[in-house]
Amino acid sequence: MDTLLSSEGDSQRTQYPYVTGTSIIAIKYKDGILMAADMGGSYGSTIRYKSVERLKQVGKHSLIGASGEISDFQEILKYLDDLILHDNMWDDGNSLGPKEVHNYLTRVMYNRRNKFDPLWNSLVIGGVKNGQKYLGSVSMIGVHYEDDHLATGFGNHLARPILREEWREDLSFEEGVKLLEKCMRNLLYRDRSAVNKLQIAKITEEGLTVSQPYSLKTFWNFAAFQNPTVGAAGSW
Amino acid sequence: MDRDATADVNAPHSMGTTIIGVTYNGGVILGADSRTSTGLYVANRASDKITQLTDNVYICRSGSAADSQIVSDYVRYFLHQHTIQLGQPATVKVAANLVRLLAYNNKNMLQTGIIVGGWDKYEGGKIYGIPLGGTILEQPFAIGGSGSSYLYGFFDQAWKEGMTKEEAEQLVVKAVSLAIARDGASGGVVRTVTINSEGVTRNFYPGDQLPLWHDEVEAHNSLLDILNASNPEPMST
Repeated sequence: MDTLLSSEGDSQRTQYPYVTGTSIIAIKYKDGILMAADMGGSYGSTIRYKSVERLKQVGKHSLIGASGEISDFQEILKYLDDLILHDNMWDDGNSLGPKEVHNYLTRVMYNRRNKFDPLWNSLVIGGVKNGQKYLGSVSMIGVHYEDDHLATGFGNHLARPILREEWREDLSFEEGVKLLEKCMRNLLYRDRSAVNKLQIAKITEEGLTVSQPYSLKTFWNFAAFQNPTVGAAGSW
Repeated sequence: MDRDATADVNAPHSMGTTIIGVTYNGGVILGADSRTSTGLYVANRASDKITQLTDNVYICRSGSAADSQIVSDYVRYFLHQHTIQLGQPATVKVAANLVRLLAYNNKNMLQTGIIVGGWDKYEGGKIYGIPLGGTILEQPFAIGGSGSSYLYGFFDQAWKEGMTKEEAEQLVVKAVSLAIARDGASGGVVRTVTINSEGVTRNFYPGDQLPLWHDEVEAHNSLLDILNASNPEPMST
């Protein structure tokens, strides 16, 4: 870069996130993968957007969920569009599965990190191909791994302990949804950027469905909540 | 102290602003205030923040005046060429995505939030919000600028799907006027632009004709008018 023309910002270009999505939670279950995300787009401490879709299909076999900067996620979806398009153009009967998509995204994220210009997202890729279930995550610095259950953002702290306790290999669809909802409800209580409008996506060998947006009931009617300061005036 | 009073007239021109775009049954209405400030000084009290891109697509600009102007100039230029090549009016979606491209790819250098609104024959009236960072979101209504902070609650309560043109216009004017009342960086007049299948209409609501809100009082030419209005006790002790 011509040092006369480039501004001081160009060579060290870590950005700041502006519009962000919060946690993604995903689990393997009996028939495939279940993934949950709320539909919030925060702008700093303001909950600015409440209908952001953070779970998207990728090709025939994969599902991607993203937390972090929404504009970078939208750009990643464009990269994935190109990837799938070119894969289809081979017209060879083969199609990229979740493992390949995960690997591609890992390379993208890590290489951007090396240029000090990250895509500010934590991504979760899940899917089923040829009977094999796959669930992996990539962070904005390129850290990647696979597991039976994953979470990003606040979900790391709040959802993972629940999943470690209660996840099993042979969860039915109903049990899986209930487990995800238990995690999402906890996030609603304790994550400031959580929004009570969520979607759950299911991907199996047959295909993908993303649920309509819906809200969870929350519970506030505990005796201890009624008059918490009665024993110690001035406390909270 | 003195330094504060003279203000920084050489500070970058920024539009602390209130901008709004709403859809109604038939088209869209874009609204904005008219204040452009440099630091504490109001550099332009009658700016036009609603800028034309094509016959059927307009944008509301907020943030840095320079950045938003240059983005709109580039997108107008690209859309002009696109229209020639396409042979028919550009769609609102294309216009919005061109704005997104510039906003996203120059995210480290630009500081502008934009609302794109227009009408095309395929999708009718559409509003796209493009905040800082270059996220693009299609919305039934969008608010932006510093004044918008005061309008989230208002729109949560007052917004309805499928309003008439008159209802939507009144909503926009009321909203900008409420934001002007509380946001120091917004002020002046309220401008609106209505876009539908029939074309484009501009409206102008001068600052002195906007409704009065809490703790605001009626305007007069002079105290003397009040005194002379045969009022026995105009001055209290």
